[in-house]
Amino acid sequence: MTPALRDLDYFGLDELLAPEDKMSRDAVRQFVEKHVMPRIEHNFATESFALTLVPAMAELGIFGANLKGYGCAGMNGIAYGLIMQELEAGDSGLRSFASVQSALSMHAIYAFGAEEQKRRFLPEMAQGKILGCFGLTEPDHGSDPAGMETRARRDGDGWVLNGTKRWITNGTLADVAIVWARVDEGIAGFLVEKGKPGFSARDIKGKFSMRASVTSELIFEDVRLTDGERLPQARGLRAPLACLNEARYGIAWGAVGAARACYNCALDYAKSRRQFARPIGGYQLVQAKLVGMLTEITKAQLVCLRLGQLKNAGKLRAEQVSFAKRNNVSEALKIARSARDILGANGIVNEYPVIRHMLNLETVNTYEGTYDIHTLILGRDITGLAAFE
Amino acid sequence: MKILVPTKRVPDPATNIQVLPDGLGIATENVKWVINPFDEIAIEEALRIKERLGTGEVVLAAVGQKSWQEQLRTGLAMGADRAILVLNEKALDSIAVASLLAKIVADEKPELIIMGKQAIDDDSNQIGQMLAEMLGWPQATFASKVEIKERRCTVVREVDGGLETLAFALPAVITTDLRLNEPRYASLPGIMKARKKELKEVPAESLGVELTPRLKVRALRPPSKRQAGRKVSSVAELVNLLHSEAKLI
Repeated sequence: MTPALRDLDYFGLDELLAPEDKMSRDAVRQFVEKHVMPRIEHNFATESFALTLVPAMAELGIFGANLKGYGCAGMNGIAYGLIMQELEAGDSGLRSFASVQSALSMHAIYAFGAEEQKRRFLPEMAQGKILGCFGLTEPDHGSDPAGMETRARRDGDGWVLNGTKRWITNGTLADVAIVWARVDEGIAGFLVEKGKPGFSARDIKGKFSMRASVTSELIFEDVRLTDGERLPQARGLRAPLACLNEARYGIAWGAVGAARACYNCALDYAKSRRQFARPIGGYQLVQAKLVGMLTEITKAQLVCLRLGQLKNAGKLRAEQVSFAKRNNVSEALKIARSARDILGANGIVNEYPVIRHMLNLETVNTYEGTYDIHTLILGRDITGLAAFE
Repeated sequence: MKILVPTKRVPDPATNIQVLPDGLGIATENVKWVINPFDEIAIEEALRIKERLGTGEVVLAAVGQKSWQEQLRTGLAMGADRAILVLNEKALDSIAVASLLAKIVADEKPELIIMGKQAIDDDSNQIGQMLAEMLGWPQATFASKVEIKERRCTVVREVDGGLETLAFALPAVITTDLRLNEPRYASLPGIMKARKKELKEVPAESLGVELTPRLKVRALRPPSKRQAGRKVSSVAELVNLLHSEAKLI
């Protein structure tokens, strides 16, 4: 098995997992080993997403895996988290693709759509035949989505949509965009299908991170929508934030996968790379780095597991998700940098997966709520005093 | 067609195996357990036969501890219909396992048995053959291609000199080789469905089979480490060393 996918279970957490959790993890790990690892460096090098992976991911049941009904697998939160972990051990861009399809797009329709919308979109989204994207962030409004400028104006029975969304994963791949816009009553969500007159999308090129994933800009110029294309249950900013919370949950798990991939690679390297006539893993400075990595990965795993238990019990608070996203991603980024350092010059080439993970994690640290914003969410939670808004 | 697939739980082939200090077993604390890879190929083939025929039932069987349930569930998640676990705590000789499986066969009356040619832990390569003999059924070992038409079966098997084709009537026992197929992995909806599939447990003692081992493990040791290679400067030197040092020619 590729070092990236080799397990790391220093505290015997496997014993706490249900058989279906382990089976789901192993199935996705096999998929990543067989279909993703042989091609991921090529996709990263050529700044392309491997669309051919979509049918295989759908067959495995990854899209909307934690939703019930509508052709979805109905997995529990821990199994879902482990799926995200294995995908991200392959590549953060791959996990992003799955997160956007499942936790953002499908979840938005599942939680806030009309029954008719759910029946029309969810089964085909689970099969990967309809791809979705999630348009919340704008060029001038990232951490502050409440300031959004995209606007839907009432026009007879329908709506007219104008505005720009940016940093949208899968934007040009998507058949349907979940678009959040300002309306007279506050914030509303719309399903905007590809090909609507006035709707265009283009890719953002020149990324040094998430190169195996598509990132786009969506432009809406007088796009006419019917009332049936609005998500009826989505009222206010709480709706998109609930979707983000789902995605952040998956990211907290996913980051552990990327960190594990870097650690395993650095550990193997340190044991075989010889300098001054012995393996560099025998030197105290390198051991300190490896032990630091092991410790933080194990702590992050424990956080994830408890997060999953709380989710399964229906007791998970958004602030706890912020805690996990903030900690796990920032630690994963530090681990990736440390692994890069252990690999020396070899750490900068794509013969090893480390630099790719390191570059990807720069994005993961920023998107879905930056490290700093999650700090402020937690700060507000423990003091009762909001430092933002 | 009812197809029985006997399976075994083995350490993951990627696991680094450590021999216990007493030399009589392997350390199992950090071992990840999986379905024997050859048995996984057998499950896949059984599922494909069922899918081709459009009808039938794939029944898994195993002889082992209660924890083997987990590997049977994985087989159910791949698509098998139900599973039977013959509960037994201690290690058994091949003959005892084959005898227990023969009892299951008498009860289940499958038309076909497909199983791995050997388990990758002890590599005995005996149970398929023993089971066929006990049942008085034809056997086709090391299958690399299986075709079933009505109640006739054609198996291409990998033998030392090349390929051999056998044709026989069912019921029969087939053991699978590596190149027969590439097993599917369990899908996530399959994993959820597997939770509700029947997994019957049968105590080994209830089957009236002599379980006392006749074989005794005297010692286990890891394979000796390979010596580092050496470069020679000419063919003449190589031939000379093969003769004088390696004593191969």
